[in-house]
Amino acid sequence: MMTDQTIDPPVAKARSPLSEAWEMFRHNHSAMVGLGLLVLIVLAAIFGPLLYPTDPFDMVWAPFSPPGEEGFLLGTDYLGRDLLSQILYGARVTLIIGLSAAIVTVVIGVTVGALAGFYGGIVEEALMRFTEFFQVLPTLLFSMVIVALFGASLPMITFAIGIVSWTAVARITRSEFQRVRELEYVMASRASGASNSKLMFEVILPNALPPIIVQSALMVGSAILFEAGLSFLGLTDPNVVSWGQIIGSNRQYILESSFTVTIPGLAIFITVLAISLVGDGLNDALNPKLRKR
Amino acid sequence: MAPLLKVENLRIELATRAGVAPVIDNLNLELGHGESISFVGESGCGKSMTALAIMGLLPEGIGRVASGSIQFDGEELTTASPRRLREIRGNEISMIFQEPMTSLNPVYTVGEQIAEVLRAHQGLSQKAAWKQAIELLNAVQIPNPKSRMESYPFQMSGGQRQRVMIAIALACTPKILIADEPTTALDVTVQAQIFDLLRDLRAQTGTSIIMITHDMGAVAEMSERMIVMYAGRKAEEGPVDQVIARARHPYTHGLISCVPHIVANLTEERQDLTEVPGIVPGLSEFGQDLCLFSSRCPRVTDQCRQARPPEAHFGNSRISACWHAEEL
Amino acid sequence: MNALHVTTTRIFYAILLLLAVLVLNFTMMHLAPGDVADTIAQSMGGADEETMAQIRADYGLDKSFLVQLGSYLGRVLRFDLGYSFYYNQPVTSLILQRLPATLLLVFTAQIFAMFIGVVLGVISARRPNGILSHFVTFIALFGYSAPVFWTGILLLIGFSLKIQWFPVAGMRDVTLEGGFAVRALDIMRHMVLPTITLSSIFLALYSRLSRASMMETLGSDYVRTAKAKGLTEREVVYKHALKNALSPVITLAGLQFSAVISGAVLVETVFAWPGLGTLAFQSILARDTPTILGILFFSSSLL
Repeated sequence: MMTDQTIDPPVAKARSPLSEAWEMFRHNHSAMVGLGLLVLIVLAAIFGPLLYPTDPFDMVWAPFSPPGEEGFLLGTDYLGRDLLSQILYGARVTLIIGLSAAIVTVVIGVTVGALAGFYGGIVEEALMRFTEFFQVLPTLLFSMVIVALFGASLPMITFAIGIVSWTAVARITRSEFQRVRELEYVMASRASGASNSKLMFEVILPNALPPIIVQSALMVGSAILFEAGLSFLGLTDPNVVSWGQIIGSNRQYILESSFTVTIPGLAIFITVLAISLVGDGLNDALNPKLRKR
Repeated sequence: MAPLLKVENLRIELATRAGVAPVIDNLNLELGHGESISFVGESGCGKSMTALAIMGLLPEGIGRVASGSIQFDGEELTTASPRRLREIRGNEISMIFQEPMTSLNPVYTVGEQIAEVLRAHQGLSQKAAWKQAIELLNAVQIPNPKSRMESYPFQMSGGQRQRVMIAIALACTPKILIADEPTTALDVTVQAQIFDLLRDLRAQTGTSIIMITHDMGAVAEMSERMIVMYAGRKAEEGPVDQVIARARHPYTHGLISCVPHIVANLTEERQDLTEVPGIVPGLSEFGQDLCLFSSRCPRVTDQCRQARPPEAHFGNSRISACWHAEEL
Repeated sequence: MNALHVTTTRIFYAILLLLAVLVLNFTMMHLAPGDVADTIAQSMGGADEETMAQIRADYGLDKSFLVQLGSYLGRVLRFDLGYSFYYNQPVTSLILQRLPATLLLVFTAQIFAMFIGVVLGVISARRPNGILSHFVTFIALFGYSAPVFWTGILLLIGFSLKIQWFPVAGMRDVTLEGGFAVRALDIMRHMVLPTITLSSIFLALYSRLSRASMMETLGSDYVRTAKAKGLTEREVVYKHALKNALSPVITLAGLQFSAVISGAVLVETVFAWPGLGTLAFQSILARDTPTILGILFFSSSLL
């Protein structure tokens, strides 16, 4: 037990780099704007439907009312449903799917990448072939097939997005593990008899983390885009509202009114933009190479 | 006869995160026709910056000549047009660099890279340039020059690549060749070969050479005169043999005693064989009104910490910027 | 290393990968609720148990999983990807009909994105604080964050509905009469918006990458050598730096195929471009499983 504690530099070191990274991040204007936007969107998703309880499926007014008319701030869609309420409810779905798909992605990706990078040899070979297999499948088509064949429930959509997106995370994790594996302090832990799982998750992972964190943040953004694409194509749970689906169902009526398409698209755009600004900021803050400049 | 190159009161400023730092602070030097001088000092003393300033290649947006003048053959270079500077570069003043491994373009053959400079400055045709490039490869003693023309840099060793760089630099028989640590990245045996080559070529062409190095051995081998630089300032200047025999600056003294074999009487000097303790100060500390070497100097006194030492002349060829130069 | 050996290993792995895709395909079809018999029965307007059993026997659906898998693989080897009951056509010929339109769109968009991306990247690398450099940053952020189908619809609203410069949908105007040149021009007019939309995703990627790559090369030792030779700025940038800076861009382009296909599905759907993407979308809506699996297999094999 004692020896374990003496050879654990990452934990002891973690505090100061973290606050240093936050310091970097705080002074990055675009990253802070992104973070601010993101906080607003999350708050809107959590509290919006509570404060604005109009049912997004209720027909409340004449179809295609432009924004602002009759107190409907964003107008109504082709069935006369309140667009603002759709956007607010849609935010929940979008964020939940984005986040959970990203979690699926990161769990699969980090596991595969860590095992491949840590063990090397035949394990690595096999796992990388496995990764390649998923890279060959055209991502959107494959998840379309999954959703079409096995039903459009939210968990299935999450799974369908996660299963096609994890390869990037796996690759980054693997190369980071390969790099960190050779560092002296890992050798030292190994020499002092640390178990493989301890080496992998307590010794190597903390130091391989920065690029994985950045990639995971960006993964949330691309999962949201992915979900939007699927629901735009109609591959979504019909019982919930999602932003892509609003666009998909209103698309035929762009001659009558374009705002029913532009507004939800703007919502997706701003959300993903906020996430990628935060991701870029994280990248600058966590990348020690850039920090020196 | 007027000197070939005359640098007066040169001040180069570098923009850093912390602010503007004078990497070269009030530098004067002269280079005669056919003369070979050395800039000596540790890394970060501003030797390469001086060379880049002469070439007009200071890193864009970061470094600039703040004041002073650089005159080449009577022509002012600090105010010359970019076009005129291009005509001079690679033609009348050329330069070879420290890293032969990365200084050649990996996607072109060495032949093309030599011929290119001939086409640019001498208006040679494709064919004539190629022919002359073969002769140049021969001159820098690369075996089978004709077939080597088609080689890519990655197919050559470090020493061969540096020979190619020398061929490029000497292609237009320049008046000045600046060699920025040309052998630092090479094996010791190859270093000697490159020095031999440079000496031979100098004898043949009469090119003036500015050697930049931190290797006192190379200085003794290559140059008549040396300028010791420390933290952007000239510490000492003088004929190589005189300086080695009796350094007038504690920094020079330290540099020389790092290399035992050039000290005349080894046993006698034995107790002084110590490397210079400490490191060159960071850029942010440049430019203060004190002797920048004072923090490392064994002879430091209060005076050194209070004012920058003036350049004291000894005879007509030696200069030392040390408050204690008389005593040394 | 033996080049021939490397090639054969590559081919071997490629075949193995495709086999794996096929097995996955088939397994999914097998696991999915409903089978071909249901589809046929539906199209006949319902059938009793006996007829269903008959159809299952006819199609070998009563055999074991492995036997069925074997015969499926055998059929694929003969380029038989199954039969689409929705389109009443073999899937293979259906795919081949739609393929040219998709390839045309995908390649044009890739080349367009790469060309513009590299130009933007190079110019902004030379002036890292100039207006254009900020523009590239903006394009990159937009291209990454905007859903591609939304970009498409916006362009459609702007350039086809508000100012009617380009046609709203499709690939050609069937009422148009004329020779080859007239028809080619017509297709080009139809292509403009889909191409811009599809390239918007990759434009961001390419311009950002080529800027980074160019900035790195411009700071390299051999560019310094080129400057020290007294070459003109144009020679330094385009002859010495650009050629080196391009290689990561080209490598990236090769890795983007999967993303291109995904983008194509959405863009084709928006513009009703008669390619594989629209086919995939329509067959999903129609629950036409053989077609969608055929497309999945086919586009995997293109990679």
